[in-house]
Amino acid sequence: MWIYEKKLQYPVNIRNGDLRMAKYLITQYGGPDGELAAALRYQTQRYTMPTGKSKALLTDIATEEMAHLEVIATMVYQLMRNASIEEIKAAGLGGYYADHDKALFYVNGDGVPWTAAYIQAKGDPIADLHEDMAAEQKARATYEWLINLTDDPCVKDPLRFLREREVVHFQRFGEALMDVQECLDRKKFY
Amino acid sequence: MDRYNCPLMRQLQEVSFALVELNLYLDNYPNNQQALADFNSLSQKYQELKAMYEAQYGPLTNFGYAPSQYPWQWVNEPWPWEV
Repeated sequence: MWIYEKKLQYPVNIRNGDLRMAKYLITQYGGPDGELAAALRYQTQRYTMPTGKSKALLTDIATEEMAHLEVIATMVYQLMRNASIEEIKAAGLGGYYADHDKALFYVNGDGVPWTAAYIQAKGDPIADLHEDMAAEQKARATYEWLINLTDDPCVKDPLRFLREREVVHFQRFGEALMDVQECLDRKKFY
Repeated sequence: MDRYNCPLMRQLQEVSFALVELNLYLDNYPNNQQALADFNSLSQKYQELKAMYEAQYGPLTNFGYAPSQYPWQWVNEPWPWEV
């Protein structure tokens, strides 16, 4: 069961449209290292985690990633909302417009649709937690490149928040990995 | 001042952020009494802020986690992305 809260985890108030930035930013919506991939990866890996603690952590980080997905969607929505057709064509978003108008869709910056091939659930908690740590670092790097691509403080500010969350999640997954490793070692009898 | 940029919403976002942080930390360290005490105290604070916000702007959560005045308030705009 999940409950929706009618609020953003972090405020987004973008006043100036910027279609190029919208095109870049949408990769964190539906790209390989984006928030959808993160949320769905942790959510589906949790079922085969070995401890109550790791099941809780994957459930809770997956849930927070859904909140980040909403922050990204809000940013893309606000960057695109007042755009004219001419501006959309000039920004290279004509193809996106033909398929989606200004709807939010799960694609990367080049319009490639999201695929489950971006993620894995291996059934081996050591492999899965290593993947999760790598995913957080890749998302952290993506946020840094995105911050480099804009000079709008209203865009940079939420991106900095999201970048920091990747660092915290990486830390928590690292602690979980050590704990799971210890737990699995204890279960070995010779 | 819109419902998503009012001081009450900022407070809700600040307190819920601290709660998320403590929640994730406690998932790894369930025996940390200080973190748990902070969590419980902020959890109570969050309920108070939530009740104040909902009295003014309508339900923050759906599916029965908050009551609604007549008519059904959940459908009220703007939604969070529309500020």
